[in-house]
Amino acid sequence: MAKIRGSIVVNVERCKGCEVCVVSCPTGTIALAKEVNGKGYNFAYPANPELCIGCANCAMVCPDGVITVYKTKI
Amino acid sequence: MKEVTGIKEIIKPENLAYKRSSVLTDNVFSYCPGCGHGTANRILAEVIEEAGLQSETIGVAPVGCSVLLYEFLDVDIQQAAHGRAPAVATAIKRLLPEKFVFTYQGDGDLAAIGTAETIHACNRGENFLIIFINNGIYGMTGGQMAPTTLEGMKSSTSPYGRDVKIMGNPLKMTDIVATLPGTYFVTRQSVHTPANVKKTKKAMKKAVEYQKLNKGTCFIEIVSNCPSGWRMTPVESNKWMEENMLPFYPLGDLKKPAEV
Amino acid sequence: MERELRLMKGNEAVAEAAIRAGVDAYFGYPITPQTEVIEYLMEAEPYKTTGMVVLQAESEIAAINMVYGGAACGKKVMTSSSSPGISLKQEGISYIAGAELPCLIVNVVRAGPGLGTIQPSQSDYFQSVKGGGHGDYHLIVLAPASVQEMADFVELSFDLAFKYRNPVLILSDGAIGQMMEKVYLNPPKKRATTFPAWATTGKPATRERNIITSLDLDPYAQEIHNQKLQAKYQEIERNEVRFEELNTEDADYLYIAYGTSARICQKGVQIARAEGIKVGLLRPITLYPFPSKRINELAGKVKGILVVEMSAGQMVEDVLLSVNGKIPVSHFGRMGGVIPTPEEVVDSLKSKIIGG
Repeated sequence: MAKIRGSIVVNVERCKGCEVCVVSCPTGTIALAKEVNGKGYNFAYPANPELCIGCANCAMVCPDGVITVYKTKI
Repeated sequence: MKEVTGIKEIIKPENLAYKRSSVLTDNVFSYCPGCGHGTANRILAEVIEEAGLQSETIGVAPVGCSVLLYEFLDVDIQQAAHGRAPAVATAIKRLLPEKFVFTYQGDGDLAAIGTAETIHACNRGENFLIIFINNGIYGMTGGQMAPTTLEGMKSSTSPYGRDVKIMGNPLKMTDIVATLPGTYFVTRQSVHTPANVKKTKKAMKKAVEYQKLNKGTCFIEIVSNCPSGWRMTPVESNKWMEENMLPFYPLGDLKKPAEV
Repeated sequence: MERELRLMKGNEAVAEAAIRAGVDAYFGYPITPQTEVIEYLMEAEPYKTTGMVVLQAESEIAAINMVYGGAACGKKVMTSSSSPGISLKQEGISYIAGAELPCLIVNVVRAGPGLGTIQPSQSDYFQSVKGGGHGDYHLIVLAPASVQEMADFVELSFDLAFKYRNPVLILSDGAIGQMMEKVYLNPPKKRATTFPAWATTGKPATRERNIITSLDLDPYAQEIHNQKLQAKYQEIERNEVRFEELNTEDADYLYIAYGTSARICQKGVQIARAEGIKVGLLRPITLYPFPSKRINELAGKVKGILVVEMSAGQMVEDVLLSVNGKIPVSHFGRMGGVIPTPEEVVDSLKSKIIGG
């Protein structure tokens, strides 16, 4: 049976570390990094990329539009 | 390091599921982390892009956190005096009736200084869209009480909580304009969860279509958070909003045209 | 095509001239003594003939903001009011000046301060010429002295407004607004179908978005913007001064007056000359830019100047600046809506300037 798999791309410097994407992710893919970006924010990143199903919840709620989402059937 | 990515093999143009709207400029939003303004700006840009209206849109920016809307949306925009956006938009729409015209206003802009302009534009049934971001506080100026601040809610000018006996009750502008025959579509939405983002986008899409019918004002309130003004983290503020704002400002359509 | 001759009130002439000048929109609010402007327009229904929008706004504040919106679309838009209503418009006017938008504002002045009265006055000179709203800006201010000028200045105002991207104010008063005189009206002009490149009309793919704003949070950029505005005002001062002189060639004394006061001084000149007093009249037509240069020249020829204005004395300060101490300058005026008589202005000339 085909599975839907996703992959997100996060623009590190635009991210303000608000964590709203983390709360919206149904699979636990995203987390805030321990490192900070140039503005001092802990940016979001796909901590568990294999869990991503490309639902785009994260991109939809992101107040800064920093996430691009790809998905495919495998 | 500019980007972090998931599984690289999936990242191909044909697999694109969601990207930032091209109607947004490259400028970084000046909004605070987690602020609903950013999400609302983004959704509006997507709606304009998907409707193919970028070259037909004229927006009116308020005074408030979103005063710099013209730096974020790549459309022709006028920045209006505090509260006066509906008057400005009245002229634009009456002089250029075939354009898509919207105002984008906060709670001080729309419900305090701009109360008369809001009510009278809706009363005349001006054929533009009013987007009302209600976060119950004056964000830009540092967190003062707004007309929509809840009873008991603390702000820098109600440090012990809003006392309705002295300061009046929170105003439900959306309910007020829904009673006016001049409004055609009045709804209250939010943008703090993916499901609500989808509903807000749907409401904005409807408003775009309705504007072509010239049947009156479309009014979309977006109940939103203000992490800075409320002195909370973004995630905490969304939770607080759900528990406190939404019971008083319930989401849903207050007035909609009969579906044919 | 010939001009049409009519007998009209000053306020009506403004309205009719606006329709004929191809004005795109009028936004206004009732206030005495200028309500005839909107009443005339509503009755004339120009939206049925030229498509001109006429809207009674919910307040003078709403009206000036409607003007801002329409002007920012590159359209010819105007509003009218009287003193207290013009006070309400000041923020909007400052925004219009800061955003460099063309428009026409008509003030049919009544006596103040506060609610005052409905009779004519000239006590809004400072408000019109020295600011009114906040910030460093100027309005081009035209002062009609007849119903004919009320009509003619509408088209002139828009020509100047679009030439300089600046708001223009017609500073009239209740007497001129209400009086009926012969007026020759221009044949109707079509409304413009093109718009300036800076206007917000919907951005095509071929250009950047147009932003109309008066905000710039970078003080260095804001300073450059202010310098640009100042350079514009200097150009206006060089090019747009307008005034009229009566009997100044051989004058020993000079009246300086505008609007209704100028008409009274005109009679005063006749009476005084019949008594052997060689007095002339300089009537500024533009109050900004002010005819300082000409007044300074005349101050080299006459022995004294009496400034007549229906106020406590406002334009007299600009006359004093222009004269720069060369000769005595005095002011005569009635306040509260009282109109002086020609005999009074002659007596004042004698007591304050000649006798002195």
